[in-house]
Amino acid sequence: MATGVLVVAEQRNGAIRKVSWEVLSEGKRLADQLGEELVAVLMGGDGISSHAEALGQWGAKRVFVAEAPELADYRTNPYARVVVQVAKQLEPRIILMGASSTGKDLAPRVAARLGVGMLSDCVGFELRDGVLVGRRPMYAGKLYAYVACKAVPQMATLRPNVFPKIEPDPSMKAEVVKVEVQFEESDLRTKVIELREEAGGRPDLTEAEIIVSGGRGMKGPENFAMLETLADLLGGTVGASRAAVDAGWRPQSDQVGQTGKVVTPNLYIACGISGSIQHLAGMGTSKVIVAINKDPDAPIFQKADYGVVDDLFKVVPPLIEEVRKLKAE
Amino acid sequence: MEIVALMKQVPDTETQIKVNPQGTWIIEDDIKWIMNPYCEFGVEEALRTKEKHGGTVTIVSIGPARAVEAIRTALAMGADKAIHVDDPALVGTTDSLGKARILAKILQSIPFDIIFAGKQAIDDDMAQVGPAVAELLGIPQLTFVNGLEWIDGRTVRVNRQVEGGSQVIECSLPVLITCQKGLNEPRYASLPGIMKAKKKPLETKNLAALGLDPAQVGKEGDTTEILRVELPPPRKPGKIVDGETPEEKAAKLAKLLREEAKVI
Repeated sequence: MATGVLVVAEQRNGAIRKVSWEVLSEGKRLADQLGEELVAVLMGGDGISSHAEALGQWGAKRVFVAEAPELADYRTNPYARVVVQVAKQLEPRIILMGASSTGKDLAPRVAARLGVGMLSDCVGFELRDGVLVGRRPMYAGKLYAYVACKAVPQMATLRPNVFPKIEPDPSMKAEVVKVEVQFEESDLRTKVIELREEAGGRPDLTEAEIIVSGGRGMKGPENFAMLETLADLLGGTVGASRAAVDAGWRPQSDQVGQTGKVVTPNLYIACGISGSIQHLAGMGTSKVIVAINKDPDAPIFQKADYGVVDDLFKVVPPLIEEVRKLKAE
Repeated sequence: MEIVALMKQVPDTETQIKVNPQGTWIIEDDIKWIMNPYCEFGVEEALRTKEKHGGTVTIVSIGPARAVEAIRTALAMGADKAIHVDDPALVGTTDSLGKARILAKILQSIPFDIIFAGKQAIDDDMAQVGPAVAELLGIPQLTFVNGLEWIDGRTVRVNRQVEGGSQVIECSLPVLITCQKGLNEPRYASLPGIMKAKKKPLETKNLAALGLDPAQVGKEGDTTEILRVELPPPRKPGKIVDGETPEEKAAKLAKLLREEAKVI
């Protein structure tokens, strides 16, 4: 009989990614409710095994580790082979991954190979008689659905930045189980040429705790420098509305909204963004929203916890100074 | 080259979503339907591939009768032909896997070298069909692609968007690519294009014609079930930060964010 919760831990360049702590934390909550075991699978290149034991601090009793040069960079098929092999050996009740660029690519491939449906990008879970019910946004968050998994393993991906992390217990160590994998030629048809870092050292929008975002009201690309200054002071990142992206002021990867990224930071500061229905869908679940806009009728104010009705060019520079003072205290 | 673009019709991004009185699904009556914006990038890339290498672009779409409108749009953009799957057993299906099985079945019956799909449909936001189709066909997938160049007639190099950057990946055909904004600027259908589209071959098939069992790929076969839907909870009313000068407002805002909201 299927039992336990299997979490796919994610790494890049040998470092465990933040979303993995969130997925492990939620996996532990579900495993505890079921009275079953939390198990993790970790894949990577040389040296990745050294990270395995520490996943025990996050509640994993056992960690299946696959270490191979073919797994150094994320690629769909080698990773899918490992996860499916572990899933077949373990027969977990539930399999969870982050809804990151890795998890969104890997999970549906694994689900199709296992012949089960799955839930993407969940923001909450409950168990009803052992059945996993996920709460997930649709229409970029204009609607939420409660969806039950009827087949086993019950699979889901978890939206980054939503699930609270548990307090890791440094005294806990996971039992490490080595996974031996034989790759086939068909697994290795994609070649990773390079991984380009493009965010200038700032966190990605989907993972950022604080986002300072600009829209049409920014008037031009050069004015985003002050948003970058504010974001850097706050340890955050810079976003943009579709209008600012389509005008060529910001790269497409900065776009927040229904045809951009859906974000859930602790603080979202919207500067010169009127708040189209598509933009509001993409940032409406941010924990605290600030809107700075000179138009008092801008729809963004209906979502804002704090609204400043004024010219952003007169508000943002003193705001930077105030934040600088606070940070210096 | 045999080029396929998978395409879905979805509600316009402007749509104000309303929930039915039972709370089981949305009210679809007043919705304006469009081609999924990410599928549009796929159709455009399919057309560019044909312009570069020659060949045929086939659109494959699952949906009720209204989906024909989006299919005709793709044909008007320049695609050569289309296959449309419409079956009452598919109404209200929730699984991406069932849809992927249908698409894979069609793709097993036609030649293909490269398949384009949207990175996700903007209605259910599942982002599963592309990878699931690639799996069922046993071919590689490249997802969230926002840049593509041809190394030679049988090899692509793509930019795959990842957190904080991109992965540059090479792959030989056959391959399935899911398209992200930034890949291209989709063309508009021209008037002559629209006229020509009316005469292009569009085949509508039901599950029986495809030799598929509704119990497996239809609503009956779903392994996920939507129990209920709801609108997002309303946010509590916010406050306007006032002051005599912008500087005063900025100071007040910083103080509120630190002391009240505790986020900075």
